[in-house]
Amino acid sequence: MSLSTVDAAATAVPPEEPAVKGIEGRTPLQLVVQRLRTDRVAIISVVVIVLIIALAIGAPLIAAITGHGPTDTNVDNGTDANGQPLPPGSAGYLLGTDNLGRDILVRIAYGARVSLIVGVVATAIATIVGVVVGLFAGYYGGWLDSILARIMDVVLSFPYVLFAIVLVSVFGSSLPLTILVIAFFSFAAIGRIVRGQALSQREKEYVEAAHSLGAGNMRIMFVDILPNLVAPVIVLATLLIPTAIIFEATLSFLGLGIALPTPSWGNMLSDAEGVGFQAWWFYIFPMIFLLLTTLAFNLLGDAVRDALDPRTERIFAARRKKKPA
Amino acid sequence: MPDTAVDGDVLLNADEIVKHFPIKEGIFFKHQVGSVKAVDGVSLKVRRGETLGLVGETGCGKSTLARCITRLFPLTSGHLTFDGADLSKLSRSQMRPYRRGMQMIFQDPYGSLNSRRRVGSIIGDPLAIHNIASGDERKKRVQGLMEVVGLNPEHYNRFPAEFSGGQRQRIGVARALALHPKLIVCDEPVSALDVSIQAQIINLLEDLQGEFGLTYVFIAHDLAVVQHVSDRVAVMYLGKIVEVADVKDLYSTPRHPYTNALLSASVVADPDKARVRDRIILTGDVPSPINPPSGCRFHTRCPKAQAICSTEEPLLQTAAGDPAGHMTACHFPVAEGEKLASGKATILHAVEGFLAEAPS
Repeated sequence: MSLSTVDAAATAVPPEEPAVKGIEGRTPLQLVVQRLRTDRVAIISVVVIVLIIALAIGAPLIAAITGHGPTDTNVDNGTDANGQPLPPGSAGYLLGTDNLGRDILVRIAYGARVSLIVGVVATAIATIVGVVVGLFAGYYGGWLDSILARIMDVVLSFPYVLFAIVLVSVFGSSLPLTILVIAFFSFAAIGRIVRGQALSQREKEYVEAAHSLGAGNMRIMFVDILPNLVAPVIVLATLLIPTAIIFEATLSFLGLGIALPTPSWGNMLSDAEGVGFQAWWFYIFPMIFLLLTTLAFNLLGDAVRDALDPRTERIFAARRKKKPA
Repeated sequence: MPDTAVDGDVLLNADEIVKHFPIKEGIFFKHQVGSVKAVDGVSLKVRRGETLGLVGETGCGKSTLARCITRLFPLTSGHLTFDGADLSKLSRSQMRPYRRGMQMIFQDPYGSLNSRRRVGSIIGDPLAIHNIASGDERKKRVQGLMEVVGLNPEHYNRFPAEFSGGQRQRIGVARALALHPKLIVCDEPVSALDVSIQAQIINLLEDLQGEFGLTYVFIAHDLAVVQHVSDRVAVMYLGKIVEVADVKDLYSTPRHPYTNALLSASVVADPDKARVRDRIILTGDVPSPINPPSGCRFHTRCPKAQAICSTEEPLLQTAAGDPAGHMTACHFPVAEGEKLASGKATILHAVEGFLAEAPS
């Protein structure tokens, strides 16, 4: 065992770069991913989001390992001898139990499913509807634009909580209804941005060129203009996910979202109402997860916006110089 | 057509084309308060296989006319016949089959290509829109087109941003060629390019004309370029055609005072000659197309203007002694050798003029 062999191994570690690679065209996606990889905040956010997703997907696994379902009241060992909830770190209950003896860890894992499903599905619906409405309004203009733009203004100025209360009292609370309510109140945010962008894009010469080739309105809208709106839409959609998650938590907290006993972070917080400092673990853990998730999505959205913005190239270039990836 | 003998085989016939853009005012209830008379009664014939140059200063309606004859704009009035079909009143979807016959090359090689789409998809767009070819067949044809216009077919998957201005204009040419059109309207195809690249693109267009039997309407404000590429030239001023002639006639014996002024303003390569030659210096600005002058539109700036010019609009007709194809819209066409020059083009002259006008 000599030093020289270690040195040789060390110097051999960085593999030789292939002499001169041909200058390959990089797609906008590759560029964005490359820039995101130099952004530490973005990486941490992605890691947190991946962990939360893993928690949500692995919820049944956690239930199987602990032996507690999300709605099991665990009459035999979920409470102490006096019938009080167990604090975090108790045997078999990592994050403790609530006043009914339910395992908070398992409930948080199942709650993550609700939050992510609501966040992603509601955002997806809102994005699709917002993009279509915004494109039609911005591209066609005229009376169609007047109508659609006014509708979006009305939606944005609506007292959504009151609206949700009315809807729930009519239809009863459920996951699909929660998603629809959130999507309905979120699409206008995307629709307005898309409309504005479409208004400016339709005056571009490439639209005229497509027109001169004989392209129809649908083709111009969805094949030509839409790809030019991808950047702002991605950023908005990423930022809409945490809003939707909070929206869901708010609705569930008010008893208008996910109906008990199905756990969601919002109704867990609602359950913890009035417990004060004695049973702090009732609300601290759902709050931490809610905060972590929304913060991670928000920071990721900001990072994506920076990565998509060509004006920030100087910052990224400086970062590359400082620490070659 | 009454004079087919003179006109030969007419591919495109524009008859009294008018395009007015309404100016609207009001927040809730818009009402029209006027209109920009961008093209105001233009008649043109384009013969099969020729290149018709269209010149005029910025804002004279060249580009609007181009978009009228390709029917990107609805016509305010007038008739447009292309290859025997009346296109003047067709709706956008009715126009679609005719778009295969006429294509356009745009001025801005940056704005006219969708920066988010790959070159192969941009050039293949017309093939997709008209359901001509798909899949491998489309790719093969697109790569063939790329070769024809001098692009590397291996760059099929690149984005427009990865090409230079000249290469991008070649992409635009390839896209226009994809449908094998009869007519290509080139809207200032080289004015956004470097001079050295301009020559390449012009040569490419000329080669393609020979190869595919194309007819061009070539818009430019560079008189030298137009002289080089055109068979015939039409001169526009404020939405009207003031003179049409074969390129040789127009450049040797320009009849309209405006044509004379334009030609005298073009750059002469020899500084010694440039210094001694007389320039026709027009005073004032181009009048507003919202409220064009009465009679002959050029009378406000014309060195030969007389009383009749402001009252009666001159017709576009052949002046005495000109060949049949040489038509001028002027009451007092400029005779050969006539001196119109009003002074030397020097900065000193301009400064003196400015000081003389300025109140002391």
